[in-house]
Amino acid sequence: MRMPRLLDDYESRSADEAIRMCRELVEDPDFPTVQRWREAGGKVVGHFQVYFPEEIAHAAGMLPFKVRGAPVEARQAGAHFGSYLCSILKTSLELALSGRVTLDLFVSHPICDSARNLAAVWGRNFEYPCEILYLPQNANSVHAATYLRGEYARLTREIEKIAGHRITEDQLRASLGVFNENRRLLRELGEIKRETPWLLPADEAYSLLAVGAMIPREEHNELLAWVLPKIRRGTALPQDRMRLVLTGGFCEQPPLDLLHTIAQFSYVVDDDLLIGLRWITEDIPVGADPLADLAESYLERSSCSPVQHDLRRPKEKMLVDQIKATNAGAAIIIAAKMCDPGLDEVVAYTKALDDEGIPYFVSEFEERMTNFDSLQIQLETFIENLLFT
Amino acid sequence: MSSASESTRDSPVDKGGSSFDKGGSSIVGRGKRDGNRLFQEWYQELGTAAERNEHSAYVFVMGSLTEIMRSFGIHTVFPEINGLQQAVRRVSGDDIGLAEDYGFSADVCGYLKADVGLQLRGGEHPMGKIPPPSLSVHTNACNTYIKWAEIWERMYKVPIFTLDIPGTRAAGRQTWPGQVDFENDRKYVAGQINEVIHLCEQITDKKLDLDKLREAMTHTNTMSRKWKRLIELNKSSPAVYNAMTDGTVFLGVMNGYRGRPEGAEYFTDLVEEMEYKAANGIGTAFEEKYRLAFVGIPCYPIFRGFSEMFTEWGGSFVGSSYLWYASGGANLGYQYDLDHPLESLAEGLLVTVRESMDSMFFSDRSLIEMVEPYGIDGVVYHSVKSCRTVSTGLADNRRAVMEATDVATLFMESDHMDKRVVSEAQLKNRVDAFFEGLAVRSQRRISNAAAPGQSLRARGGHR
Ligand code: SF4
Ligand code: SF4
Repeated sequence: MRMPRLLDDYESRSADEAIRMCRELVEDPDFPTVQRWREAGGKVVGHFQVYFPEEIAHAAGMLPFKVRGAPVEARQAGAHFGSYLCSILKTSLELALSGRVTLDLFVSHPICDSARNLAAVWGRNFEYPCEILYLPQNANSVHAATYLRGEYARLTREIEKIAGHRITEDQLRASLGVFNENRRLLRELGEIKRETPWLLPADEAYSLLAVGAMIPREEHNELLAWVLPKIRRGTALPQDRMRLVLTGGFCEQPPLDLLHTIAQFSYVVDDDLLIGLRWITEDIPVGADPLADLAESYLERSSCSPVQHDLRRPKEKMLVDQIKATNAGAAIIIAAKMCDPGLDEVVAYTKALDDEGIPYFVSEFEERMTNFDSLQIQLETFIENLLFT
Repeated sequence: MSSASESTRDSPVDKGGSSFDKGGSSIVGRGKRDGNRLFQEWYQELGTAAERNEHSAYVFVMGSLTEIMRSFGIHTVFPEINGLQQAVRRVSGDDIGLAEDYGFSADVCGYLKADVGLQLRGGEHPMGKIPPPSLSVHTNACNTYIKWAEIWERMYKVPIFTLDIPGTRAAGRQTWPGQVDFENDRKYVAGQINEVIHLCEQITDKKLDLDKLREAMTHTNTMSRKWKRLIELNKSSPAVYNAMTDGTVFLGVMNGYRGRPEGAEYFTDLVEEMEYKAANGIGTAFEEKYRLAFVGIPCYPIFRGFSEMFTEWGGSFVGSSYLWYASGGANLGYQYDLDHPLESLAEGLLVTVRESMDSMFFSDRSLIEMVEPYGIDGVVYHSVKSCRTVSTGLADNRRAVMEATDVATLFMESDHMDKRVVSEAQLKNRVDAFFEGLAVRSQRRISNAAAPGQSLRARGGHR
């Protein structure tokens, strides 16, 4: 089955217009690209934050779609949950209950217990399969990679059932190739943010990244290959702004306006927004056993987040290293309201930054927040103080 | 999980009208007495461990690996049990405050914060001094376990080990020995057990003593068998124990004495006591009018008052999902194969910790299956603010139970640790309204001339 292109024509437009198109898609709670895919007869694997081996769904010819909530009211989902929960959980279910997105498979992960419960709740309310992919939580066990290869084989069988056909190793290898190219392009995007942040504000960089989670990777690759050189040729001039690292966006996503607010005063030179899309930091070597390559890379060529304990990569040390490597002057630490792992990590981050004498700004957020006035004032004061001192 | 004597009524009365002999009178109430005594003794042991230069492992109730720790002579400290005690002894508020001053959010797990406060104060606990950890071994049954252990890792610079137990992938889709997916999980767990053993060998400078391990597993086998029986015994009417309050005492011994002869003896005696009560129609300390199941974590900051909200209406908790998950899945009665201790430990941990997780994430099915045999009239859901592990799915679970059965349900929200989130008056109003609803249904049943003794499973819930 030949699938249609999901993005509107952007090649005849400017880079700014293309980025605006991405932003609109990212903010649209009806996820029109996913709907277009379905209307053309395609199947969709919805995977909750943070990381999912999208290559496997891609190899089956399905659209891997990152379920990461949306700025919608939890009208129906509210009745399925209690009061004290992060917003992404409720709005993600809302997308499905309200019919905005229809899936053929929903997968959650043991990133936190809200997310594990979500798979159970989803499963009680939908006919299609809903499951937990048990990514290893003991990243330091020598047995983790072999286990994960087996878990990926199980997932592959599940996806094959839904796709209605086998996934060959060659198909998997081809998908790894497509995603390796995507990883390369996303690294280039990161490089632009780090080296010439005045050419790409945080909210625009985010839009370009996030749109990849709702279109086939080939299309994302084409878009990035088209837009990145144009961004590099941009004419904006550097300004005297503070370079910052933003952390805490690994799961629930801050609204784009919040990023925009931050970008007005500073250069965000690195962040962990949608880190799952960039979890694997290098090309995956494609060998005889692509599932093993994928599994090994999850553990050995990967980033870090508050939902993965890894003795080799203490998160607070990773943050300090990131700040030093990007020559940033301070950190903005955000945590989604009611998010246990995110909120717990704030303590470790701030203690480590105190020890290093690195300034930081801490704030809780919610994906549906709309008023940024007080945040703007606080941030402005924080940054002014830093520039002044 | 506590010695909860100060929070619960203790003297059982004969509700069945039968007189019991002198032997019976010494049996009835024994479980609670012995449980409280054992609990005190356990804390005394812990209190002097550091002085004696003995190692302590910080572990958790869902997958404690006590059998391995015991075979190395390492004490096990259960911070969740410490936290519960801090709440019922009304000191948790101060410790939570200390942790919040240290930087922890008001919205994260109260057990974790009570422990941080306790550690910052040097381990002084109302039950005795808590020794510092030599290591932490925790499963992933709750993700907070991992975040919590990271705190000790930073605070004490001790090794922490996450024993990763893959859980059930989707409701009703457990795998079993021989199936390819089960074997993949089992190999992973077995490999990690070897790694834990290696870690313990490094810490203690001792080799694993397989005979000691077998001995501990033998005692756990007895305890698990008896635990399963204990849970079944509450099918009797009236219930022979209150699954929420007495159950908390039982859970304390189950965890603290896992793999120990005292634990095996305690549960053997306890089952004897409960069998005696069942045979003689002896119930708990109040007249049972309604048979209830409890789902969630009890409200420990007002434990006695919380329990009385139900007992004063004759509401008897005959079952509780707490007894499933906080016993580490002992409700399965899993029996280790002592001829193959390490292999069997891996399989047993996988199956029982998975059961713990199922009891939190997928418990709707078990609750529905419980309704008939236990004669359940109502299911009480107590969702707590600071435990998303147990609470996230409860509202939806309730919908599923209401759809599949005719039982009445009650959904309440407060906290298991943080008194600031507990509104006693509001909870009481909800509970009173729930029982008024049950009473109306009972009346309706009587006027519909249903058969006497039939339980009151009324369709619909109560909010
Ligand atoms: S925002 Fe935090 S609590 Fe919510 S699902 Fe994500 S990791 Fe879990
Ligand atoms: S989050 Fe819940 S299950 Fe986890 S440690 Fe806290 S109280 Fe226990």
